[in-house]
Amino acid sequence: MPSLPLSSQLINLFAALLLLLAFAMLTQRRILSLINLFALQGFVLVLSTGVVAYSTHQTHLYYSALLTLILKVLLLPWILHRLIRALNVRWDVETLIDIPATMLIGIVLVIFAFNLATPISQIAGTITRSTLGIATASILLAFLMMITRRKAVSQVIGFLAMENGLFFAATSATYGMPMVVELGIALDVLIGTFIFGVFFFHIRETFESLDIHHLEKLKER
Amino acid sequence: MSITSGIVFQVLQSVLVVLIAPLMLGWVNQCRAWLQNRSGAGIWQPYQVLNKLFHKDAVLAHNASSLFRATPYILFGCMWLAVGIVPVLATSLPFAPAADVIALVGLFALARVFVSLAGMDIGTSFGTLGARREMMIGFLAEPAMLMTLFTASLISHSTSLVTIVETLAHRELVIYPSMAFAAVAFLMVLLAENARIPIDNPATHLELTMIHEAMILEYSARHLALVEWAASLKLTAYITIGIAMFLPWGIAQAGDWAGLLIALAVLAVKLALAGAGLALLETISAKMRIFRAPEFLGTAFMLATLGMLIHFLLEI
Repeated sequence: MPSLPLSSQLINLFAALLLLLAFAMLTQRRILSLINLFALQGFVLVLSTGVVAYSTHQTHLYYSALLTLILKVLLLPWILHRLIRALNVRWDVETLIDIPATMLIGIVLVIFAFNLATPISQIAGTITRSTLGIATASILLAFLMMITRRKAVSQVIGFLAMENGLFFAATSATYGMPMVVELGIALDVLIGTFIFGVFFFHIRETFESLDIHHLEKLKER
Repeated sequence: MSITSGIVFQVLQSVLVVLIAPLMLGWVNQCRAWLQNRSGAGIWQPYQVLNKLFHKDAVLAHNASSLFRATPYILFGCMWLAVGIVPVLATSLPFAPAADVIALVGLFALARVFVSLAGMDIGTSFGTLGARREMMIGFLAEPAMLMTLFTASLISHSTSLVTIVETLAHRELVIYPSMAFAAVAFLMVLLAENARIPIDNPATHLELTMIHEAMILEYSARHLALVEWAASLKLTAYITIGIAMFLPWGIAQAGDWAGLLIALAVLAVKLALAGAGLALLETISAKMRIFRAPEFLGTAFMLATLGMLIHFLLEI
């Protein structure tokens, strides 16, 4: 194997960390740790975007990294922390996930994503092209997390993690999206979190629980 | 390299590892004692225990079969063979081509089968319970171990441990994300396979949660001494496999006497650090419920598999 330049090695390392964190979030039972993992994933994303920006001299990527730092490492985790404190679910533990089975499904998803991304990354000309598979895998893993979770808060964290994966995919395939699109998405995610926050209170007021399976019953009690 | 010097190196390494294995265990225990604010029994304590046990008369149950009596010798032989294959001090030893990493895992499995059978041989409930638990841990840990070894094999294009060490030790420093994953997975397997703390407590006797101690409860005197010695050899073998795969620098070539001295010093430092690290890890973590063990080892398997997949994606 010809040895890669240091920046590529660092990007690959951060990509691997991102995938590891996606798995950690998938199998984490505690809501508090889930939020911290989400913040950590955002931080790794910032670092990797920074390295890509430095090695390709794309100035707009620095702004993307800064935006990610403010939004996904500081603001969103802070909002989520406040939310779970207000909802009094800070120490909640989700008991109903079968972790070994979820991990096996996760590994299958990773294999699928890697196979899916290989032909695409052969066409792409960026130095980050080999990480496209990892980006796809983290999107799918976040999706799996949204499917397997029953509590509303962890589903929202899954949604936000999916956005992390999409951002990483954009960085690795085409060095990020245009700034307008990125700002739009950032605003969407922020507003989305606020709306979800309001929804949490409504769900709890109606069903006295955040378990979204109550929403499947259509009859009035 | 002449054949004689190769054989001399082989004998030297095998004898040395057998002799320092109890010291390794003593060092880990001593570090644990220091971390827990106890004065500890000293690093030579395992030798004194072995000495005491060898001077006692063995007691056997009436219904013990010859399997029960043969197991300590088989166990000790397996572990001794394992440390003969692992390149601890030098590479290209004459013994090394005899077995690759897969055979090494098979050797550990053989030892496990015999110790489990011996645990069930007497027919006590504790022995059977320990044997069943051991088999459960084993069947979960082995795939994770194999996946870890395969990741290293993929990088060096060989399943022979000697080739892995030589490829990894003599190339420029490259960050391998896959090896980082494999290292964490290997550490988790090491803890599980050697009955260390998140899975089993090595200091426990007569507790309902014990695994390894439950199987060897019926052994006494020289049999017990051999079983304990084999356990410390197994720990040393796993640590040296870990060193060979993840920190291979400083190993000597067979027949290179000047390199041997450096290799000895480097090995001593690495083993001391590994033992202290193991003690630290055991002090900061709590023992898991036995039903969480599949989760723990499932995570190890997942990490090792991810390492392999990432190797295909990023490092080819």
